[in-house]
Amino acid sequence: MQYADHILEKYESRPRKWWQYLLVALILALLLSWSASSITFKGLAAKGAEVAKGIFWGLVKPDMSMLLTTATDGVPYLLMETVCIAILGTVVGGILALPISFLASPKVMPRPVAFLFNALILLIRTLPSIVWALIWIRVTGPGAFCGVITQSICSIGMISKMYMTAIADLDTSILESLDASGCTAFQKVRYGIIPQLTPNIISTVIYRFDINIKDATTLGIVGAGGIGAALIQCINSRRWTMVGSFILAMIVLMLVIEFASTRIRAKLARGQ
Amino acid sequence: MKKNATAAARTPLFDRVFKPETVTLPNGHTVLRPRSRTPLIAALVLFALALSVKVTGFDLTLIVKRASQLTKILGQIFQPDASFFDKVLPPLFDTIKMSILGSVIGCLLALPYAVAASANINRSKPLLAALRFVLNIVRTLPTLVIASICALVFGLGTFAGTVAIVVFTFGVVTKMLYESIETVNMGAFEALESAGANKFQAFWSAVFPQVLPTYLSHCLYSFEMNVRAASILGYVGAGGLGILIDERIGWRDYNGLGTVLLTLFVAVFVIENLSQFLRSKLS
Repeated sequence: MQYADHILEKYESRPRKWWQYLLVALILALLLSWSASSITFKGLAAKGAEVAKGIFWGLVKPDMSMLLTTATDGVPYLLMETVCIAILGTVVGGILALPISFLASPKVMPRPVAFLFNALILLIRTLPSIVWALIWIRVTGPGAFCGVITQSICSIGMISKMYMTAIADLDTSILESLDASGCTAFQKVRYGIIPQLTPNIISTVIYRFDINIKDATTLGIVGAGGIGAALIQCINSRRWTMVGSFILAMIVLMLVIEFASTRIRAKLARGQ
Repeated sequence: MKKNATAAARTPLFDRVFKPETVTLPNGHTVLRPRSRTPLIAALVLFALALSVKVTGFDLTLIVKRASQLTKILGQIFQPDASFFDKVLPPLFDTIKMSILGSVIGCLLALPYAVAASANINRSKPLLAALRFVLNIVRTLPTLVIASICALVFGLGTFAGTVAIVVFTFGVVTKMLYESIETVNMGAFEALESAGANKFQAFWSAVFPQVLPTYLSHCLYSFEMNVRAASILGYVGAGGLGILIDERIGWRDYNGLGTVLLTLFVAVFVIENLSQFLRSKLS
C-alpha cells in the first residue's frame, strides 16, 4: 500500500519536539537521582514481616466483637464521634467562611482588605490540618472538641476559596433588573443573590464534609478525638484483629459518605 | 391493579408518606403539588447538629476562656527564631525528596492500573469490579495510617515515608486518571482496532495522546499535595519535617515552630506556583 505524497509530506514535517522531551527527561532524571540519594532501603525492620502478616490477617479476620458493641470504645461509637466531628467542623467552617469569602472578594471589597483576607485564607490552606490540631490541643486540651475547632478553621480555607468563585460568577444583570423594577436592598439580596449562591454553597459544604470525614480519622492520631486515636493505639500495641476492624469500618464509612456526597452534588448541579 | 402498584413504587417514599396537596386552579382543574422537603431536611440537619454538639462536647466558653493561650502561641509563631533556620533545611529537603520520589513512582504505577480499571478499555465486568474494589481500599486509607504501618514494617525513616507517599499518590492519580480515560473520544481507538491494530497499539496511538496532558497535570497536582502531606508524615516516624514540628511543639518552643512553619509555607508556596504554571502550560 502506498501513501499519497501529500500525506507523507505532512508526516515528514510533523512538529519535532525531541529536544523539549530530552530537557524534561534530563530534569526529571536529575531530580530523581537527587531525591534517591538520601532515601535508602535498609531492609525490613526487625519484626517488619511479622507486622505485615499481622495486618493482613487482621483485615481478613477482623475482631467482630469490636464491630458489634455499643460501648464508647467500640467501633460504632467511635465512627459516630468521627462523623459528629466532621459535621460540626464543616458547618461551623461553612458559616465562618461566608463573611470571609465576601471580605476576600475584590469584586465586593476594596483591594487592600481583599488582599489581607486572601493572605489569611492562604495561611489557613498551607498549614496541614495536623499542625493546626497540635496547636489547638494546647488551647482546648485533647478530645473531640479539639477536632471540631481544628476542622472549623481548616475548612475555612477551601470553602472560602470556592465561595469566592461562586461570588465572582454572580450574574449581576439580575440585580440590575431587580433594581429597575424598584426592589429594596433586602429584596435584591433575598431574590437576586441568595438563590444564585445557595446551590453552590450547599454543594461546597457537602464536598468539604466528604474531605473532613477523611481528615477526622487522621486527626485522632494526634489526640483530637474520633476513631484515629483508638486505631493508632491498636497499631502501636500490635492488636492486629482490632486494627483490622477499625480499618474496615473506616473504609466502609468513607465509601458510603463519598457515594452519598457525589449523588447529592450531582442532583444539585442538575438543579433538582 | 398491578399497574397501580408499579406507579406507587415509582413515587418517592416521601410523597407517599406526606400526601401531595391538591390545588384547584382558577379554571377548575385540580393539580397535585408535592409537599416541600425542606422541613424534613432541616429537621434532620438540626438533629444531627444537636447530636454532634452533645457527642463532641462543643463548648465555646472554653475557647473564650483560653483565648489568651492561643494568642500567646500565635504571637510566638509569628516571631520566628532565625537561628533555628539551619536545622530546618535538611528535613525540609528530605520532605521534598520524599515527595518527588514518591510522586514519580506512584504516578508511574498508576498509569497501567488506571488503564486496566477504565470501563471503556477493559470490557470484563468482574475484573473491573475487582480492580476498583482494591483501588477503593487503597484510596480510602488515610496517609498517616499508611505511614505508621510503613514505619513499623520498614523501620523509622524516609524510606517508610516514601512508600506511604507512593501508595497515596497511586490511589489518587489512578482514580483521576481512569475517570479521564473514560471520557476520551473512542472513535480513533475503534478505527485503529478495525484497521488491525491490537489493543495496546490502539491505546498507545489513539487514547494515550489524548490523556497525556491530563495525566501530567494530575501528576503535578498530586506532587503539590504530596509536599504538604509529606511534611506531617514525620509525626509517626516516617521522616521529614514532621519530626521537627512534633519536637518543637513538645518542647513548647513556638518560636522554633514558627521558623519551621514559615519555611514550609514558603516552600509549599513556591512549589504550588511552579506546578500551577506548568499545569497552565499543559492545558
